[in-house]
Amino acid sequence: MLPKLVKRPAPSRFMVYLSPVLALFLSLLAGIVLFVIMDVSPLAALHAFFIEPISSAYGLSELAVKATPLILIGVALSLGFKAGVWNIGAEGQLIVGGLCGGAVALYFYEQEGFHILPLMMLAGIMGGMAWAGIVAFLRVKFNANEILTSLMLSYVAGLWLNLMVHGPLKDPEGFNFPESRIFSDSALLPVLHEDYRLHIGFLLALVIVGLGWILISRTLLGYQIKVSGAAPAAGEHAGFSTARIIWVTLLIGGGVAGLAGMIEVSGPIGQLLPSISPGYGFTAIIVAYVGRLHPIGALFAGLLLALTYLGGETAQILLNLPVAVTGVFQGLLLFFLLACDVLIHYRLQFNQPALAARGA
Amino acid sequence: MEILVPALLTIITAATPLLFAALGELITEKSGVLNLGVEGMMIMGAIIGFVTVHHSGSAFIAVIASMLAGGAMAGIFALLVLRFHASQVPTGLALTIFGIGLSALIGQSMIGIAYEGIPHISIPLLSSIPVLGELLFSHDLLVYFSLFMVFAVYYFLNKTRAGLILRAIGDSHDAAHAMGYSVIRVRLLATLFGGAMAGLGGAYLSLAYSPLWVEQMTAGRGWIALALVVFATWRTGRVLLGAYLFGGITILQLHAQALGIGVPSQVMSMLPYLATVVVLVLISRDLGKIKLNAPASLGKAFHASS
Repeated sequence: MLPKLVKRPAPSRFMVYLSPVLALFLSLLAGIVLFVIMDVSPLAALHAFFIEPISSAYGLSELAVKATPLILIGVALSLGFKAGVWNIGAEGQLIVGGLCGGAVALYFYEQEGFHILPLMMLAGIMGGMAWAGIVAFLRVKFNANEILTSLMLSYVAGLWLNLMVHGPLKDPEGFNFPESRIFSDSALLPVLHEDYRLHIGFLLALVIVGLGWILISRTLLGYQIKVSGAAPAAGEHAGFSTARIIWVTLLIGGGVAGLAGMIEVSGPIGQLLPSISPGYGFTAIIVAYVGRLHPIGALFAGLLLALTYLGGETAQILLNLPVAVTGVFQGLLLFFLLACDVLIHYRLQFNQPALAARGA
Repeated sequence: MEILVPALLTIITAATPLLFAALGELITEKSGVLNLGVEGMMIMGAIIGFVTVHHSGSAFIAVIASMLAGGAMAGIFALLVLRFHASQVPTGLALTIFGIGLSALIGQSMIGIAYEGIPHISIPLLSSIPVLGELLFSHDLLVYFSLFMVFAVYYFLNKTRAGLILRAIGDSHDAAHAMGYSVIRVRLLATLFGGAMAGLGGAYLSLAYSPLWVEQMTAGRGWIALALVVFATWRTGRVLLGAYLFGGITILQLHAQALGIGVPSQVMSMLPYLATVVVLVLISRDLGKIKLNAPASLGKAFHASS
């Protein structure tokens, strides 16, 4: 017999943290089923996906490189989601940030100086903020749904980047390939160790985690964000401006996503390409949820989701598995997480007496 | 006329997938469920339809299979949202991420395979009327079916008792529940219908609009369909109008070059997305209109004991 769901008197703190672990476990089980269907040895596949990529120092460095944009955007989106502001266009904000940062790098092509990287960062942040600012403006001024506008603007951003690398920002000596010049050394993020690709962007992500944690747990703004999401009416009654929360969360989300885009182009990529992100902006939505909309959680969730990217690549090389498995696994993880989250507010009841069931 | 007739014909084919998906989402939303996974359901319909036609050779079976695929995706959504009380926004997003991944996985072996497209039917006599015959009476069956569905959805929502119950549940699930209607069952059916229609819209893309498989070939059409429902302020007739309007914008890029307009193709490709934003702004700023027509319980969770 199916167990019944009975509402708990208060949400279970324990389940809040157990749920992602349960979800990961269930996703692995589903992954095994998927591999059996695809006629791949589940053990070999799981090893290629989750063990092989992180069994060397180089692998760990790659993990941190991939986790950097996910952690950054995951932290920023957590703030918005907590407030009930659904910015799902971080991908577009990342692209515009990368484009603006990259344009600055190309402007200073073959020049040296310590001013270049900070200027690129500033351009990336401002670009992402501007892109998200459009969404905030349309939401506050015209009540336009931010889910749809932010997503539509992501498609526009992708096309814009494509246009730029086919046109004004194309490498003049690049045989007409849609790519920019490779950035000069002064426009590339310093790596932490010369043997690895790990760059200072990862440290920046850790700083953002810290700042996000302070913002959400130690400031009035953080409190307002939490109240606006949990009890919008109470927030308004207390005089918290909804418009201000929308502006602030979207600008933070856009700015940080823009920074992540700048870090991608001046770190692992080193130039502008027609595509600068394998969907980090969308995966960061999963990061935010798996991380329980908490900055520290986003740190761990960012590393986990980065592993799915890395594992997908490894499995492709070792087992000839399609890269698309990564997307399936990410989707499954979010499904199972959302399903497990029911146990935060409800508990399972087996063999309940007939009378109690009717009363419930 | 040489330019106009083919242009109008492409508008119709570009509008049809949007029309299917938006009609489905209209019913889903009217029952109070906001399923943001339209893009994921559409792309699954597209790949399952394409795989099925490749293996069975039958467009009819392919269309049925794509509807089942969309419906199955909607079933996952319904299970999470209606049974496990998961919140609707992230669940819909998960459905889209999952659908894009799974369709790419299934479509691995389908890349580069061509299909001649579902057959067009020329209605005898009528189709030989100059201009009008070509415009009105020589489409594939799905175009006629999409127009029939506009009528069917309108009739169901406004003229039947079941449609009234569905709308009542969408407006106030607590009141409808108190009156003895099964909120969960109606929402399940409405969600499944939305999924099947989104799957059908996806199949139209991979079987008729551009009969081949490309990863992420829906290219945001699922999201545009969601925007169309808002644009239509939840009214059936305006869904039709919106779909054809967006069909027109989508094909502008195809005909701009023929007309010698010197705008980069990327800018033309931006138009449907920008138009969606503009349209959302124009409609949404009139809060009264939205409140008057939007299902009052849209997106809210329902639990019988609460």
